Amino acid sequence: MRIVHALTRKPWTTAQGIIDNHYPGDAFQKPKGKLGLRFLIAVMSVVFFLLVISYGSRMALVDWRPAPPQSVLWLNTTWLVLSSIGLQWARMGVRAERIDRVSVGLVAGGIFAIAFLTGQFLAWRQLDNLPSFGISNPAIAFFYLITIAHALHVVGGLVAWIRTMEKVWRGYSVERVRQSVELCTTYWHFLLVVWLVLFGLLFSGNTQLEFLLKVCGLK
Amino acid sequence: MAEVGTVGYEQVPPAEVEDMELYHPKSFATKYIWSQDAKIIAVQYAGTAVAIGMVGLVLSWLMRLQLGFPDVFSFITAKDYYQFVTMHGMIMVIYLLTALFLGGFGNYLIPLMVGARDMVFPYVNMLSYWIFLLAVIVLISSWFVPGGPTGAGWTLYPPQAILSGTPGSSNGIVLMLISLALFIVGFTMGGLNYVVTVLQARTRGMTMMRLPLTVWGIFVATILALLAFPALFVGAVMMTLDKMLGPSFFMPSIVELGQQLSYKGGSPLLFQHLFWFFGHPEVYIVALPAFGIVSDLISTHARRNIFGYRLMVWAIVVIGGLSFIVWAHHMYVSGMNPYFGFFFATTTLIIAVPTAIKVYNWVLTLWKGNIQLTIPMLFAIAFIITFVNGGITGLFLGNVIVDVPLSDTMFVVAHFHMVMGVAPILVVLGAVYHWFPLMTGRHLHQGLGKFHFWVTFLGAYLIYFPMHYLGFLGVPRRYYELNDTSFVPASAHDLNAFITVAALVVGFAQIVFICNIFWSAYRGKKAERNPWKAASLEWQTPTMPPGHGNWAKELPVVYRWAYDYSVPGAKQDFIPQNVAPDQVEMDAGQKESATT
Amino acid sequence: MSNRWIVTFVLFVVAIGSVIFHLVTPWWSTEIASNWSQIDFTINLTFWITGFVYIAVILFMAWCIYKYRHRPDRRAEYEPENKKLEIILTVVTTIGVAGLLAPGLITWNKYVAVPKDALQLEVVGKQWQWSYRFPGKDGKLGKTAVRFINGDNPFGIDPKDPNGKDDILVEDVNVTLPVGKSYKMLLRSIDVLHDFYVPQFRAKMDLVPGQVSYFWFTTKRTGEFDILCAELCGVGHHTMRGKVSVVSPADFEKFLGEQTTFAKQQEEARLRRQRDAKKRQAAKRAAESIKQAARETPGTKSLD
Repeated sequence: MRIVHALTRKPWTTAQGIIDNHYPGDAFQKPKGKLGLRFLIAVMSVVFFLLVISYGSRMALVDWRPAPPQSVLWLNTTWLVLSSIGLQWARMGVRAERIDRVSVGLVAGGIFAIAFLTGQFLAWRQLDNLPSFGISNPAIAFFYLITIAHALHVVGGLVAWIRTMEKVWRGYSVERVRQSVELCTTYWHFLLVVWLVLFGLLFSGNTQLEFLLKVCGLK
Repeated sequence: MAEVGTVGYEQVPPAEVEDMELYHPKSFATKYIWSQDAKIIAVQYAGTAVAIGMVGLVLSWLMRLQLGFPDVFSFITAKDYYQFVTMHGMIMVIYLLTALFLGGFGNYLIPLMVGARDMVFPYVNMLSYWIFLLAVIVLISSWFVPGGPTGAGWTLYPPQAILSGTPGSSNGIVLMLISLALFIVGFTMGGLNYVVTVLQARTRGMTMMRLPLTVWGIFVATILALLAFPALFVGAVMMTLDKMLGPSFFMPSIVELGQQLSYKGGSPLLFQHLFWFFGHPEVYIVALPAFGIVSDLISTHARRNIFGYRLMVWAIVVIGGLSFIVWAHHMYVSGMNPYFGFFFATTTLIIAVPTAIKVYNWVLTLWKGNIQLTIPMLFAIAFIITFVNGGITGLFLGNVIVDVPLSDTMFVVAHFHMVMGVAPILVVLGAVYHWFPLMTGRHLHQGLGKFHFWVTFLGAYLIYFPMHYLGFLGVPRRYYELNDTSFVPASAHDLNAFITVAALVVGFAQIVFICNIFWSAYRGKKAERNPWKAASLEWQTPTMPPGHGNWAKELPVVYRWAYDYSVPGAKQDFIPQNVAPDQVEMDAGQKESATT
Repeated sequence: MSNRWIVTFVLFVVAIGSVIFHLVTPWWSTEIASNWSQIDFTINLTFWITGFVYIAVILFMAWCIYKYRHRPDRRAEYEPENKKLEIILTVVTTIGVAGLLAPGLITWNKYVAVPKDALQLEVVGKQWQWSYRFPGKDGKLGKTAVRFINGDNPFGIDPKDPNGKDDILVEDVNVTLPVGKSYKMLLRSIDVLHDFYVPQFRAKMDLVPGQVSYFWFTTKRTGEFDILCAELCGVGHHTMRGKVSVVSPADFEKFLGEQTTFAKQQEEARLRRQRDAKKRQAAKRAAESIKQAARETPGTKSLD
C-alpha cells in the first residue's frame, strides 16, 4: 500500500516538492546485491512455478504414468536442509561478528550442498537404470528437467559460495564478508523452499499434486 | 532479515572522487569493447539490434516481393518464404525491438535520467550484452546449417515446429530455441540492472514520482520482461527436449506422412499458453518504453508539462499488471476451452481504458501547448496516429467474436505491424533524432531527416492501412501464394503489388536514415548544450556527450519533476530538474545567454 | 513556421483519406453465407465507434498543431492535470468499451453453445489436405484414435465400434452440405495444427492433434465456397485448400449416396489384401519354379 500511496503524490506542487527534496538519494549507498537477489529470486520463482504448472497440466492428461518414488530423495532433502542450517549458522556468525562461526557454517553448508548434488546424481543414475522407465515418459523427463534445473541453481550458488570462502580464507574481516554471506544464505533458503515444494508436490509420490488437480476439477 | 537494511554502507568508497575513478577504463579494449560503461553498452546493444534488424528488413522485402509479384521471383520457394516469415518476426520482435528499447535506450537513459553514475552492476551489464551478441550469432548461424532456419512462424507452435513438414525442423528450430534461451539469460542480467538502478541508484531528491515517464516505461517493461521471459524459456527448453529426446510434453499421438510417430499424449495447447503468457507481455515490453519516450518527446517539444502525469504513471503500471491476464486472447480460435473467451475478452477490453487514457493525455499535452514541429515532434505525432489506429484494431481482435472471422487474416498482420511495429519504430526514430545531440554533440541532418520522416510515416500508413481491408475480405496470412481464390478479386492482387512497392520505398528510407547517422556523427551540425531546452536530467550533465561516470565530482541534486515547462512566472519556458527553487529566475537566465 | 500548414494539411488528408478509402474500397467482407450476421453487425458497430474516435483524435491533433504553433512570445499553459476532464474521458471510454464488449460476448455465447438439432460433420486435417466424415443413418460417429490409422483406415476409426460402420467417408478436399441446416463441425487433426476457415461462413477454429475442437453454423445460401487452412501448418500450408458446396437437400442426399462408408472401405481393403496375398503367393510360386528349373538345367548359373 506504500506504493499506492507514493503513486498518488503530486510531484509538481510546492508542498510535495519540499518533501521530495528530502529524499536522500541512495546512489551507490544501499546494498544493491540484496535487491538484485530479490529480483533474481522472483525470476527463478516464476521459472519453477511454470515448470510445476506445466507438470500439473501434463499430469492431468490421460496417459500419465508417474515416476517411481525414490527413497534417496528423502536423504537428499535432509542434506539440503542441513546445508541451509549451515548457511544460517554462518549468517548468525556474521551478525555476532564471529568469523570462526562464519567459516564453520560456510564449510558445513557447502559440504552438505555438495552431498545434495551427489545424491541427486545418484537419483538420476538409479532412474536411468530402471528398465521400464525411459526418458520418453514425460514424468521421467519432467523429473530430470526440474531436478537438473534446480541442481544448476545450486551449482550457481556454489560459485558464489566459493568466492565467499575465498574471502574468508584470506582472512577478510567479518564486515567484508557480511554481504556475501547474507546473500548466499538468502539464496540457499530460497533453493531449499523451492526444493521442498518440488519434492513435496511432484516427486514424493505425486499424490499431493493429484489431490490439488482434483480440487481444481482438472482431473 | 529486518536489520539487514543498513548493512553494506561501509563498503562504499568514502569519497566521490574515488567513486569516479571506478569508471575510468584503462585501455581501448576496456573502453570500447569490454566496456562496463552503460552508455557504451547501450551503443553496442543498439548497433547489434539495428544490424540484425536490417536483416529483418531485407527479409520483409523478400516476403513482400513474393506476395506482391507471386510469379516473378522464382528463386523464392515456399520453404524460403516461411523461413523469411519466421525469422523476420522473431528478429523484429525480440532481437530488434526488445533489445533496442531495453538494452539500448534503457542502458543509455536510465543512469542519466535518474542521476546515477552508471548501472549498479556494470560487470553483469557487460555480460548481458555479450550473451545477447552470442544469441544473435546463434540465430544467424541457423542459416548455415542443413535445412536452414526454422519456418514454423515466430510463434514456433508444436507439433509442426519440430516435424519434418516444416522447414528447418532438423537443426534450425533447435538453434532458434537455444538462441532464445541465451537471449533470455542475457536479458535477465541486464534487466536486474535496470530495475535495481531505478530503485536504488536515484540521486538526491529524485523520488519515483519525479522520474520522467521514459524511465517509468522502461522500468515497468523490464519488470514485465523479467517475469514473462521465463515462460518462453520454459517452453523453449521443453520443446528442445521434445525434439531431442521425445518425452511428449507438447506432442500428442501423430501420424506424419503415413508414419506413426512415437509421441503420445502431450498437449500442443500447453505450449501455446506458455508462449502467449510470455508473448502478450512482450507486446507491452515493446510498447511501454515507447509510451514513456513519446511522452517525453511530446512534452519537451510542445513546451508543456505532460498532461496528467500521475494518471500516465498509473496507466503504465495498470497496463503492465493487466498484461499478464490477457494472454489467451491470442488463442480464441486455438481450440482451447471456448468459455475462457469470456474472461479474456473482458480483461483485454479493460486494458483498452488505460491505453486510451494515455492517448488522451498525449493529445491534451499538445492542446494549449507551444508546439515546435521539430523532427522528434513529427515522429511523436505520427506515433499517435499509427498507435491509435493499431489500438482500435486491437479492440476488434480482442473482442472474442469479432476475432473469429479476422484472426489469421491480413487484418491481424496489419494490426500488429501498426501497433507494435510501425508505432514503436516511429518512437525509436523520433528518439534518435531527439537524443542524437546528447550522444554525439551533433545534430542529424535536418533535410534528410524530414525526407526520412515523411517517407516512413506516409509509406507505412499506405502499407498497413489498406492491408486491414484485405483482412476484412478474408485473405489469410502466412500464405506463400493465393492462386485462384474465388472470393479474392483481381484488384486485391494489385493492392498487394502496391503494398510491396511502398514497402521497398519505406525500407530504402531507413537506409538513408542509417547513412544520415554515420554522416552526422562526424559531419553533422554541432549542437549547443541542451539544444531542445529539455528539463530532464540527462541533458544537464557537465559535458555533452556525458563522460564516464556521467557526472562531475558531485552527483546532481534534483529539486523538481521532469516537466517544468512554461511554468508561470519563470523567465525561461523550462526549468531543469536540478535547478533549486531559489535559483530559478537567475540561473535560467544565465543558461539562456550561454546557449543562444 | 510554414511547417505547420503542411503538417496540419497532411493530418487532415490522412483522416479524410482514410474515410474516403473506406467508402470506396472494393475490398470488404464477402457476402455472408451462414447465420453469423451478428458477427458482421458487431464488426460494423466496432468499426463505426472506433473509427469515429480515430478520426476525432487526428482532427483534434491537426487543429492543435495549427492553433498552438510555436511562437517565442507565447507560453504553453501550465496545467499538470485536470481531474474533471480526465474522469469524464475515462468514464466515456469505459462506457464505449463496454458497449463494444457486450454485443461481442452475447454473440460469443451463441457461438459456443451448439443447438441441439445441429448435425455433425467431422473435418479431418492432415498435411496438407482435408477429408470429412458424416455419421451414417444412426446419426453417431464412430470412435477414433491415431493408433488405428493405417493405409486401409485413413480416418483411424475404431474397427470394433459399431457406430463407426455406417460412417460416410469423404476422402476428398471438397465437401458438400445442404442449405438451411445447422452443422456442428468436429475438428480433428492427425498430425499438426490446422484451421478450418471458410470466409463466407465467418466461423473458424483450429484443429489440434490429440483433441476434438468444434464450432457450429447454419448454411444460409447455396454456392461454392473456398476452404482455407488458416493456421501455418508447414511448407504446404498455402496448398491446403478445398471447396465446400452448399446445395439443396436433394442434391446433398445424392452426394452422400455417392460416398463410401467405413464398412465398405474395410471390406474393399479386406478384398484388396486377399488379392494381394494371392498375387504374392503366385509370384512366389513362379519364382520357385524358375529356381527349380535353373537347378535342373545343368550348366546355367543360378539366379540367386
